[in-house]
Amino acid sequence: MDTANLQFAFAPYRLSGTVYGVLLNHAPALAALGTKVHEAPYKAPPKAPVLYLKPRNTLAGPGSACEVPAEVPALQIGANLGIVIGRTACRVPEPEASSFVAGYVIVDDLSVPHDSFYRPSVRFKARDGSCVIGPAVAPRERVRDAGALEVRVFVDGELVHRTGTGDRIRPLARLLADITDFMTLAAGDILLLGTSAGAPTARQGQRIAIEIDGLGRLEHALAAAGEPAHSHATEPHA
Amino acid sequence: MKRARVAHAGAIHEATPHPQGLRLADGRIVAEDAVVWLAPFEVGTIIALGLNYADHAKELSFGKQEEPLVFLKGPGCVIGHRGQTRRPNDATFMHYECELAVVVGAPGRHIRKADAMQHVAGYTVANDYAIRDYLENWYRPNARVKNRDGGTVLGPWFVDATDIGVPVQLDLRTLVNGKVTQQGNTRDLVHDIPSLIEYLSGFMTLQAGDVILTGTPEGVVNVNAGDEVVTEIEGIGRLVNFIVDDATFGR
Repeated sequence: MDTANLQFAFAPYRLSGTVYGVLLNHAPALAALGTKVHEAPYKAPPKAPVLYLKPRNTLAGPGSACEVPAEVPALQIGANLGIVIGRTACRVPEPEASSFVAGYVIVDDLSVPHDSFYRPSVRFKARDGSCVIGPAVAPRERVRDAGALEVRVFVDGELVHRTGTGDRIRPLARLLADITDFMTLAAGDILLLGTSAGAPTARQGQRIAIEIDGLGRLEHALAAAGEPAHSHATEPHA
Repeated sequence: MKRARVAHAGAIHEATPHPQGLRLADGRIVAEDAVVWLAPFEVGTIIALGLNYADHAKELSFGKQEEPLVFLKGPGCVIGHRGQTRRPNDATFMHYECELAVVVGAPGRHIRKADAMQHVAGYTVANDYAIRDYLENWYRPNARVKNRDGGTVLGPWFVDATDIGVPVQLDLRTLVNGKVTQQGNTRDLVHDIPSLIEYLSGFMTLQAGDVILTGTPEGVVNVNAGDEVVTEIEGIGRLVNFIVDDATFGR
C-alpha cells in the first residue's frame, strides 16, 4: 500500500480516508466491565454498536511516530482488524455482508487510556497520527475466516499481547448489517472490528509492531510530544 | 461573497445569488428549485459541539462543562439545501439543531486564540438532526442519534469570513412550517470560535475544509414527516430541509 495516497492494486484501489472504530465489541472487553454496565452513568449495556470516528488528521502509515502527550504516561495500543469496504454499503443484509468487503488491513487505533466510556473527550481518540494503517490491504479472497485470525502485539520486540479476531459481540457480518442500517459506508472506508480486552500500552520512544495472520506486520513508534510552536514565540528584538 | 455548489444540467457548478435565484459561474441564471444544492464546500472532518449554549444545556439538564463537548461525524451525514432527511417511523423525538458552521481555511496546529480567526475561511448554516429515542450512554452522543445518513444539512451558501468580520454575533433561528421554534445569538456560545480553534488544534491539526458545528441554543422540538424545517442565520443564509418518512426510502 502506498500510504502517501492510500492506494492499492485492486478495487476500490484506494482508501477514502474515513475510519470508524467500534468500542467494546470484543466480548471479554465488555464482560470486563461486569455489573458496571447496569449502573450509572451507563444504566444499561450497549444496544447499538458503539462507534467513533478516527478523523483524517489521525491517519498515518508504517514507520510513523505518534506523539504521546506530555500529560499522559502511555498510549493504549488498539490492535485492530481493519475491514476495507469495497462498494457502497447501505442497508447490507447480514448474509451478503462479505460481498461488501474489499479486503483487510492492520490498524493500530492509538488512544489515551480512559476508564469512562460515557462521554470521553475527543482528545483521547483524535490525536494527530493516532490511526496507523498498513503495511498493505490484503484482498478478501486471501483471508479465509476474518473472525479466526491471531493478533500479536510487540513492544520493543517483546510479545506483550496475543489475542484474536474472534469472540466478537458482533462478528463482521452482523456489524456491517447493524451499522449500515442507519449510516452508509463508502468504498474505501475502513471499519475496525474492535480492540481486544487487555490492550497493552506503550510509552514515548518505544517501538510497536502488530501482526495479524495473513496481513503481515505493521511497525511504528511513539515519540515525545513536540513543544507547541507558539510556546516559543517571542517578540522580535532589534 | 456568497457561493453555492449546485448540480445542474449534467455538471456541478459554483453559483452565486441572483434576484431570480442563482447565477452559475458560466452565466446561466436558474431558479432555486431547478438545481440540486450540495454542501457549499468540500467537507473535511466534521467537528460538532454539544451543549455549547448555556440555555440549551439547561434545557437538557446539563451543568456547565469545563472542556468543550466535542464529537465527530462522518461524511455520509451531509446533505445540502432543500434536501430530505428521513424520520424513522419508530422515532418519537427527532429534533433539528440550528448551528453556525465555521469552515477552516489555513491549516494549523497549536493555534493561539488570538490568531484563531485568521484560520477561518468562512461560514455556512448547519442543521444537525438528532433522534433522541436512540440515545445510549456509551460514547455519547452515540452514532445512531447523531451520525445518521442525511442528518447534517449544510448550506445554502459558503460566506467568506471577511464578510462577517469579528466578533461573530449573529442571530439564528429555526422555523418549523413557518412558525419560529428556536432563537438565539452566537454571542452566547459557551466556548466561542477562537477558544474552540485553540482547543481543537491543541491535539488535532486542523485542515482546509474541516468544519466546526458550534452548537445550538434552546428551543428544540420534535419534527414530523411532511414538515418543512428552516434554519437561518443572519448574514449567512436560510437553509431549508424537508422531513420525510420511511416509505420514501422504501422501508
